[in-house]
Amino acid sequence: MTALPYLAILRARFVLMLQYRAAAFAGFATQCWWGGIKIMVMAAFYASAARQPIDLAQVITYTWLGQGLLGLLPWQADAEVSEAVETGNVAYERLRPVDTHTLWLARAIAARAANTSLRVVPMFVAAAIVLPLIGLGAWRWRMPSSPQAGTLFAISISLTVLLSSAFTVLLNIAVTALKTRRAANLAPVLVSPLSGMIVPLVLMPVWLQPFLFWQPFAGLVDIPYRIYFANLTGMAALAGIAAQTLWIVLFVLAGRAWMARVMARVDMQGS
Amino acid sequence: MNSLSLYFSFIRNCLRAQMLFPTAFLLRFGSQFIITITEFGGLYALFMRFHHIRGWTFPEIAMFYGVVSVAFALADTTCRGFDMFGPQFVKTGDFDRVLLRPRPATLQLMGFEFGFTSLGRVLQGGIALAIAIALLHIDWSLAKVFLVVWAMTGGFALFFGILLLQATLSFWTVESLEIVNTLTYGGIEAAQYPLDIYANWFRKFLTFVVPLGCVIYFPIATVLGRNDVAGVAPWLGAAAPLAGVAFLAVAFAAWRIGIGHYTSTGS
Repeated sequence: MTALPYLAILRARFVLMLQYRAAAFAGFATQCWWGGIKIMVMAAFYASAARQPIDLAQVITYTWLGQGLLGLLPWQADAEVSEAVETGNVAYERLRPVDTHTLWLARAIAARAANTSLRVVPMFVAAAIVLPLIGLGAWRWRMPSSPQAGTLFAISISLTVLLSSAFTVLLNIAVTALKTRRAANLAPVLVSPLSGMIVPLVLMPVWLQPFLFWQPFAGLVDIPYRIYFANLTGMAALAGIAAQTLWIVLFVLAGRAWMARVMARVDMQGS
Repeated sequence: MNSLSLYFSFIRNCLRAQMLFPTAFLLRFGSQFIITITEFGGLYALFMRFHHIRGWTFPEIAMFYGVVSVAFALADTTCRGFDMFGPQFVKTGDFDRVLLRPRPATLQLMGFEFGFTSLGRVLQGGIALAIAIALLHIDWSLAKVFLVVWAMTGGFALFFGILLLQATLSFWTVESLEIVNTLTYGGIEAAQYPLDIYANWFRKFLTFVVPLGCVIYFPIATVLGRNDVAGVAPWLGAAAPLAGVAFLAVAFAAWRIGIGHYTSTGS
């Protein structure tokens, strides 16, 4: 089997996403707004106790990275798959002459990558270039701390796309098994606190750190961002990348096994 | 049947319909509750590390947080019809039917869906408030209790007004209305902290444009005895939630103009 059908899905998704420019603009405005509030709050916290594992400039960069790369997070199952389950069209998914797990993975990667690459550029322009120009340089999105950090970040964030997509496929399978898109409703409960989206994980209590580092969702936000501003360097950065890789492999293996079981006795519903 | 009893029968029907799927109902209620309570946990984690934010302590922030959460959740519970107005009524043309019925459109939309699951956030806000009250040693008086309830009422009116403006916007466009989330969800995020931590322009925005500061910050700072920080006299802190009611009145006026502009789109 070749990779061609999967690449075609990637390309189609990009073209589709680029049609939604108004939605992207609304998203951009929302992200600027959120980023601004979060930064003012964190600046106020840091004014009272500045000595922390990461400094204020790093938290600000973390915030902008988080807003720009928001689309990488697996909040819910793939909308197309949810719809297919609810209408019975999931039968078509099984009829396509491609492996369903790989198909769903490719679709999730395409959706995440297309969605994010469209949104990260304006966010970067606004936060890294415009902010210093209008005199708010202290609030700017900084460059990676070193060329090495930049390279490791590029690797790590690519793994984030895979990790997030592998988890999305797990959500898809849960939706298929329970026959309702609500099956994925609890995903944000895990994803937002454990990825570091609500509070950077390094600012959580010290005794929680080993657990927080090795649980799967750290690889979505915390690990790549800390590599970006060289809070994780050398062996620690490699350990982070290893944790991401480990969870991708486990998610894919679990997803394939689970899908085989679910698809063996899936009911079709709909008219 | 008068408007009030009609409204309550709308609500009863909604509850009955949602209770047909009790597991789904409990799951949604539970996930609303857990998501919001983890946010609150994150706030606590920040205070464990930083101890205070510009002199404000965790129980004080919990007080702001509880009041704004309850106010928003109550508005979100009762105004879902306005939240979904664009896609559900304007895009489909269903608003024609609403207008044809011999009852106020506003009432029908308020009764369209009662978001019982949003009560998960009310519960969470209530817990935050309970923690605040247990940890703070406030010398409670009837006036202070009244002021807390009044702040919630003003907050409810303000969020209702925001959702009403969102619905009004959909007479002109049904695209990208999620930008209003910056004022609803973004409003909760901003109003859970005292206004004095923000940059000047943002503080002005939250006082004079979208008066979240008037409905939450000024009255609650008064209850906490921190008028000096807030820079308002106690009587002004007590009167400030009126701004939420005024905002709602303006939103209603806009809504009326919007209805006048409505042309059917459905097939």
